[in-house]
Order: sequence, then C-alpha cells, then structure tokens
Amino acid sequence: MGTPSQFGVYVHIPFCAERCDYCAFATWTDRSQLATAYVDACVADVTRRYREGELTSATSVFFGGGTPSLLDPGLLLRILDAIPLAPGAEVTVECNPDSVDSAKLRSYRAGGVNRVSLGVQSMDPAVLATLGRTHDPAGVERAIGWIGEIGFDSWNVDLIYGSAGESLPSWSATVERVLAFAPPHVSAYALSVEPGTRLAERVTRGSAAPPDDDDQALKYERADDLLTAAGLAWYEISNWARPGFECRHNRCYWEGGEYLGIGCAAHGYTGGRRWWTVHSPERYIAALAHGGSPEAGDERLDAAQARAEATMLAIRTKQGAMLDPGREAAAAQLVDVGLVSRERDHVVLTRQGRLLASEVTVRLAPDLLAPRTRDGG
Amino acid sequence: MAIPLERQRAVSIIAHVDHGKSTLADRLLEICGAVEARDMRAQYLDSMDLERERGITIKAQNVRLQHGDHFVHLIDTPGHVDFSYEVSRSLAACEGVVLLVDASQGIEAQTLANCYLALENDLTIVAALNKIDLPQADPDRVAGEIERVLGLPAHECLRISAKTGAGVPELLDAVIERVPPPGGDPDAPLQALIFDSIYDNYRGVISSVRVVNGVLTSGARLRFVQTGKIHDAEEIGVRTPKPVAVAELGPGEVGYLIAGIKDVGQARVGETVTEQARPAEPLAGYQDPKPMVFCGLYPVVGDDFADLREALEKLSLNDSSFTYEPETSGALGFGFRCGFLGLLHMEIVRERLEREYDLELVATAPNVEYRVHTTGGTVEVVDNPSALPEASRLEAIEEPYVRCTILTPAPYLGTLIDLCESRRGEQKGIEYLSTDRAELIYELPLAEIVLDFYDQLKSRTRGYASLDYDPLGYRVSNLVKVDVLLNAQQVDAFSTVVHRDEAYEYGRRMVDRLRELIPRQLFDVPIQAAVGGRIIARETVKAKRKDVIAKCYGGDVTRKRKLLERQKEGKRRMKQIGTVEVPQDAFIRALRLED
Ligand SMILES: Nc1nc2c(ncn2[C@@H]2O[C@H](COP(=O)(O)OP(=O)(O)OP(=O)(O)O)[C@@H](O)[C@H]2O)c(=O)[nH]1
Ligand SMILES: C[S@@+](CC[C@H](N)C(=O)[O-])C[C@H]1O[C@@H](n2cnc3c(N)ncnc32)[C@H](O)[C@@H]1O
Ligand code: SF4
Ligand SMILES: [Mg+2]
Repeated sequence: MGTPSQFGVYVHIPFCAERCDYCAFATWTDRSQLATAYVDACVADVTRRYREGELTSATSVFFGGGTPSLLDPGLLLRILDAIPLAPGAEVTVECNPDSVDSAKLRSYRAGGVNRVSLGVQSMDPAVLATLGRTHDPAGVERAIGWIGEIGFDSWNVDLIYGSAGESLPSWSATVERVLAFAPPHVSAYALSVEPGTRLAERVTRGSAAPPDDDDQALKYERADDLLTAAGLAWYEISNWARPGFECRHNRCYWEGGEYLGIGCAAHGYTGGRRWWTVHSPERYIAALAHGGSPEAGDERLDAAQARAEATMLAIRTKQGAMLDPGREAAAAQLVDVGLVSRERDHVVLTRQGRLLASEVTVRLAPDLLAPRTRDGG
Repeated sequence: MAIPLERQRAVSIIAHVDHGKSTLADRLLEICGAVEARDMRAQYLDSMDLERERGITIKAQNVRLQHGDHFVHLIDTPGHVDFSYEVSRSLAACEGVVLLVDASQGIEAQTLANCYLALENDLTIVAALNKIDLPQADPDRVAGEIERVLGLPAHECLRISAKTGAGVPELLDAVIERVPPPGGDPDAPLQALIFDSIYDNYRGVISSVRVVNGVLTSGARLRFVQTGKIHDAEEIGVRTPKPVAVAELGPGEVGYLIAGIKDVGQARVGETVTEQARPAEPLAGYQDPKPMVFCGLYPVVGDDFADLREALEKLSLNDSSFTYEPETSGALGFGFRCGFLGLLHMEIVRERLEREYDLELVATAPNVEYRVHTTGGTVEVVDNPSALPEASRLEAIEEPYVRCTILTPAPYLGTLIDLCESRRGEQKGIEYLSTDRAELIYELPLAEIVLDFYDQLKSRTRGYASLDYDPLGYRVSNLVKVDVLLNAQQVDAFSTVVHRDEAYEYGRRMVDRLRELIPRQLFDVPIQAAVGGRIIARETVKAKRKDVIAKCYGGDVTRKRKLLERQKEGKRRMKQIGTVEVPQDAFIRALRLED
C-alpha cells in the first residue's frame, strides 16, 4: 500500500495549440480566453480542499494536460503558490517543445518548479507528421538545451512508438538521439488508438494501419535494451530513470498514495474514495464560481476491490505486487510461461510480462468486480 | 355446452415457408372478431420472440374462431422443413387443411411435402393461391401447376391476398362448405388427444387437446392412459386466442387442459386422456420423429448442468422432437448429446434454452448418426464422432442417406446438379412441373446436406429453389474420423467423421479456421488435424506478445480498472481446453466453412 507520507496534486491544464491525431485527452484548442478564469477556479478549488482538510502538504505536484506550457507562467505559478508543499516536493510541468521557451522555463524554475516533462514523441519528422505533431526535432533540441542551461536536473522525455510508417530503425534512432541528450528519465508509450480521435477515424476508414502488437513488442524491447545500456533502469512498465530520478508523482499513483485532482477532467483519490471532476473547463469554472464542488462522480472501494486495484497498480512497478494467497496457482502458471518471477511474497513482471501486464493482472487480481459508481457526468 | 358436431370445423393452414400462413391467420382472426383492432399485430399467432425476430413460425398454434353459427378450430403451422413434425401433429387434430401457395412463386418443396401429409391423413384440401396483390403474381400459371402436380382442380383454387384480405371471406366460406365436420360420440367414454404441451411456471403443464369421443368436463377425475396417472381437470378452456375457461369440451372440440401436473414426464404429446370412472382405449398417438442431426450441448458454466437438464425436460414437453442424453466431454465437461430434426431446429432449441431458461451454452459441431461395423463383428450406433471405435477396430462405417427433392426454376438445374454431385449425390430423376420449373431428385448422404447445403442451394438460385428430404436408410461409405489437437491435446468436441477423400481438405480448413478463431495465448499453440494418429495438417497460433498497456495518466485508475474488468469478463466467456482459452462460439463458427 501507499507510503503514508506521499501526497500528490495533479493539476489539469486543458488547453492545446493543436490537437494531435492520436490524443483523446480532455483538452481544447479554442478556449485560451478561459485561461484566467480557469486558473482562478483552480486556485479556489485548492483553497477549498485545503479548508476541508483534504490537503495538508503535497510531496509532488504535476501540471499535466493539455499543454501547461501554453499557459502564461504567471498564471501557472498562481496555482502552484496556492498549494502547500512538503519540503523537497517534486514539482513537474509538462511542456511541448514548440510552446515552451527559455523565458517560461526560467519563470518556472524561479517559481519552484523543479522537473520538466517534454513531449517529444519521436525524433523522426515523418513520424511526427503522421502523429499530427506540430514541432520538429530541431525544436526538441532547442528545448532540451534550455532545460540544461537553466539547470533543471530532473527532466523527462515522453516518447510514442508503433505508429503506422515508423520502422524499427526509425524508432531506434529516436531513442538513441534522445539518449544523446542524457535525459535522467524517459517515458515510452505504445501508441494506442483512442476512440474519437482522428487516428481512430483513419483506422476505421482503413487509411491508416492500426498499431501492431508484435511490432510494438519488438520496439519496446529495443527501447528497453538501449535505455538500460545508457544507465536508465525500468521502474514501471513505460518508465525508465537514472537511479534517484524516478518520478515521485507517478509512483504515488502506483503505490496507492493519495492525491488530489485539480482542474477539469482530473482524478483524485482521498479517504478511500476515487473521484473525478467535470469534463469541460466551462463547467469547472461554473461549479467553483458558485462555491460548489467540481466533482462529477466517485466510487468507494470495498476491501476486496481495493486489493484488486492495488495489484493492478503495483504489478506495473519493479517492486511488483503482493501475491494474494488464493492466486498461488495462477502465479505458478505465469512463472512457467515466463511472465513473472517470484520474489518472496511478491510477484514481479519479467520483461516479457511487462508487455502482457493486462493479462497478468487479470489472472492475479483476485476481485476485479465493478464497484458501485455514482456518476453525474 | 358442447358444440354440435355439424357446427364445427377443424383445419390447419399448411404451406411452404413464407407463403403467408400466419398472415392468413391474422385475417381470419379479424374477420371473426377474435382480436381487438388495437391489439392486432402482424403474424399475431407467432408469439415467441424468436418467431418474431426471425419472421418464421416455429410452433403450431391453435385458436377457436366463431363465424356465424360455426366454430372453426384453426391451427397455424410452420413451413420450414425442420418443423414438419409440428405439421403432422396438427393434422391429427383436423378434418381439413387450407393449402396455401404463393401465386408469385408456385409450388415449392414443402408445398408438396405438406400436401402429401394431408393426403395421407385423408384430409379435405382447400387450396388457395395467396399474394395475388403482388404484380408478379401469376395465379393462372400456378393454378395450372397445382392441378397438374397435385391433382387439385384449378377451378377450385381460391385466389386470395392474406395481406389485403381479398378473397379471405370466400375462403372461410369454402372451408365451412367443403371440410366435413368432425365425427365422435358425445355419449362414449372420453378420449382426448394431447397434441401439444407447454410448461408454465405457475400452472404447471398446459396441454392442447382435441376431444375425439365423450365430453371433457372441468373438475373431472382423469386418467392419462400411457402413464396410468390420475389427475383432476383443474381448468379446461379454449383459445380465442385469449384463453377462456369453459365448463366442458365435447367431441371435435379443440382446447386446453390444465391438470396441475408439475412433472413434465406425465403429459407427453400423444397421450390419451380418459375419465377415471369410465376409462377408454388409447388413441393412435404419435410416432416421435427420428432425429437426424446431433450435437453436444454444454453449459458454459459447469454448475449449470442441473439447470440444463431441467430446461431440456421442460422444453421437450413443448417440443418432443428433440432427444437428449447426458454425456461427458474431456474438453467441455458435463453436457448432453442432443438430436434434432435439422440444423435450424438445432439452432432454435439452443436459442430457446438460452433465452427461456437463462442458460449460456456451447454447442459442438453437428453430425449425423453412424452405424459402425467392428472387426469383432458387432454393429454399434454412434451419434458422437469422438465415441467412434479406434481405426484398428473399424471394419466399415455406414451413414444415413436421404432422398432429396429440389424444386427449382429450370435455369438453375445446372448449378444444382453440380452442387449435388460435389456432395456425393446420385441423381435419380428430373421432371418438369411446367416449362420453366423442374423437380430434381437426388440421393445424398444426410451429412452432406446437414452443413451448408441449404445455404448453398439458396445462394446459387437467388433463393428460388426449395428442398425437402426423406430418410432412405444407411449405406456403407468410405468414412474416416478426423481429430483435432489443440496444444497436443485431442479436443473431443472437434472430432468429426468425413469421407476419406475430404479428410485432408477438411482437416486443413478446420486447422486454418481454428487458427483464426483461437486467440493468441501466452504460449505458442499448435493446432493439428489427425486421421488415425497421422497428422494431416498443422498450424501454430503464435504466442501473444503484447496486450493493451493502458497507462493511468493523471491518476485515472477507475478507467483502467474497468478495462481490465471487461477483459476479465471476456475471459469468463471463454472455455478452458487444457491450458488454452477458446471462445465459446469457435465450434459452430469453425464448422461454417464455406467452400
Ligand atoms: N404482398 C403480400 N405479402 C404477403 C401476403 N401474405 C403474406 N405476405 C408476406 O409474406 C411474408 C411471410 O408471411 P408469413 O405469414 O409469416 O408466412 P408463413 O407462411 O406464416 O411463414 P412460416 O410460418 O415461416 O412458414 C411476410 O412478409 C408477409 O407480410 C400477401 O397476400 N401479399
Ligand atoms: C496527455 S499528454 C500531454 C503532454 C503534452 N501535451 C504533449 O503532448 O507533449 C501526455 C503523454 O501521453 C502520451 N499519449 C497521449 N495520447 C497517447 C496515445 N493515444 N497513445 C500513446 N501515448 C499517448 C504522449 O506521449 C504524451 O506526451
Ligand atoms: S498530445 Fe499533448 S499536445 Fe497533443 S493534443 Fe494531446 S495534450 Fe495536446
Ligand atoms: Mg407462419
């Protein structure tokens, strides 16, 4: 279970300059005029949670999106200023290579941000184009240059593998070029086709090939080889870091720690309750303007469900998940086929197993049953 | 009050599939004011969900109509070949039939088959051409065909549209005029025939009966002749179609009987009901039809075995034409080997079991029944390919043959002959019914028409050909058993018997199809087909390398858990065969092999 000393705050910034073809996140390209009101609402929300005793001090804050770097840094920092921080707290801002600049990064740094996550996705211009990204590899290089100059020790690069037209050499080159910048942390995600995206539409129409599992498996292994060789060890299915640079905020999710979700379409987990906020920025602003709660729904897990979730989350990490005594036989089978290894009372994914984590979870999580959900939209 | 015999008529409407029987029944219900206008809906008597969804009648339905002074006991019957047993049972409760023929199609295979049934039963036939409202209707031609082929005078054929109602009142008058009233002696000891039954959770067995002699009175103490059991007539009544309780049913009358019977074995179709005080001889009853197609039915959840048994018992009351015997499969656990009259019948029974009794079932590949001669000189009847003796003990295998009658527009003769020849058929004759319609007679192994013959027939003739068949007995064929091995484990549920020449092709197709249907597992899964231990085809389902790695960005744990819940639910719907997970419908789908 979670380390009690962990407490995360996720802040959702729902604005982007363009929508990427694969992206289904709650983000809008036509609402920058809402920024100030939105930030006000976030501040009000933080204050309210604080007043109600749900927030004492955060060990990590993560500005995600959307594109937080699109926001005026002053606005972003107003939210951060409202959040009480534990000493040494990790504060991350997600940045897009083409909306970040050295002035913004400098402001972040001065305002207490100590980690940057850069959405690079690929270093191959053709792949960036099929993904519908607006930046180019030169922009990445520039951004990483500033990150170094300004003195962020802790930073991350997000990558996506397995899009149509990406060859294995192209992917290897992307990883190698990224590694040349010596990042302390890399996240590599298998491209997934999310309903409602332009990518999904192309796949249904047949004008784009859906990602191929075998191809993605191969690319995952290639990335794992290259990253490991460069001194970045995997510590969660899609995450690799130099020792000591693991993302504390994400670990909070996987280790069952509590967190608040601030902003629209954000998720929180406090007092044994999982909850989420209204989807759009307008509704979020409106909810807080009336002094109300922005929550749209929640669920409370019973002991069995909480155990199932804990397995589902922990199995993703290099520490692995505690084995439920009733699942010994299932675990033994998984050991036989090489997907997990046993480490005392824990089960840990092998590299093969990391690629089949869903299958492993379904076999190991004892009580995957739908809980009672209250959902208001 | 019993109705005087001369004021009663009992008729069944018979025809080929879709020629409009149920629609005609609608018009008759209307003319007789049996259903209020606001309650009327098309094919009113097709009351089962399955019937409405598929647009076909599955169960015969009886209704009592009043027309002037007369009472007409009307039975709407199904037209599909698999349900001809429903027709023959219905005919035993009638003195006449309305033979409907679609005037835009002409005589088809079940027109002939059902007409012969009526003739065998010495029933009066009132022929009517239906669908005369259609522009392509050609009543003169079809009336000529009826006269030539069936010997029914063309000028006696009525011309109606069941859709618009044109000619239907005249048809009703003709029924009353031409069909003789029932016989029967009201003073004789009671003899009533149970010709249908259903099980109702509240009332127990509800039987459809026809009184042949004597009077069935409410409250009477009854003796069921075959079982020897005594029951009280709790309620008797007639369907108008709404059930209406009556005090008595006299000779000739058709109605229902509720006798508080909870044990479904005690009111089988064909049973004769008499009075305890004045018992009488049993009536002729019915010969249960011989099932032609067999498959194993297994509950997806092993615990449901007892429920499946109970469901089969209850359903067999309503449909006595299928058989079931418990069996055990290494691959599937405990289930039943069931026998059916045809593939559609099999599908319908399975669906009814699933819907009406809330079961989830797996069905094995359908097969016919074999007679196996062993080297030891014995003859065994085998209805499950996996139960076939080992190759070394086999002397010869006999399989059932059928005589197949195909009616078709003449231009399709060529393609139909090709089809029959490719299915080991032997041509027995071609006859022209008119210049452009022909009757093709073939002798074929039943197994060849069990699978997709009917679909082929329809698709090769744009739906214009029709098919009927009758058993011819068993003949020796060069048959072999093909086994399928999944991960080196023989899957009894996939074993099948085919002609030796087709073994390789069959094995190959099976293996290919299964390769598509078996999802990738956590390890390589070899799929093999074997004849007597010799591998004739092999494929491998490569191990699954990756599944969707949904990340939980921004802490959305709920969504991720729901995805996994769905995945787990999907797993629950899989059958475990050894260590391999097989989707439930893989069996049926694997057998729908197109050429
Ligand atoms: N145009 C026209 N269509 C008709 C007529 N009678 C029936 N139909 C249509 O023919 C189709 C089959 O009618 P049904 O009454 O279900 O036929 P059925 O003979 O009861 O069919 P089964 O019970 O499956 O054998 C339906 O679409 C009817 O609407 C008619 O007189 N004229
Ligand atoms: C929500 S995005 C926000 C980050 C930032 N706006 C950007 O795009 O650079 C976080 C990361 O999720 C990943 N991502 C988003 N949609 C994805 C998809 N359909 N398949 C795989 N990864 C995806 C991308 O790597 C992206 O950098
Ligand atoms: S991937 Fe990032 S930049 Fe692209 S639409 Fe999604 S949130 Fe915006
Ligand atoms: Mg019908």
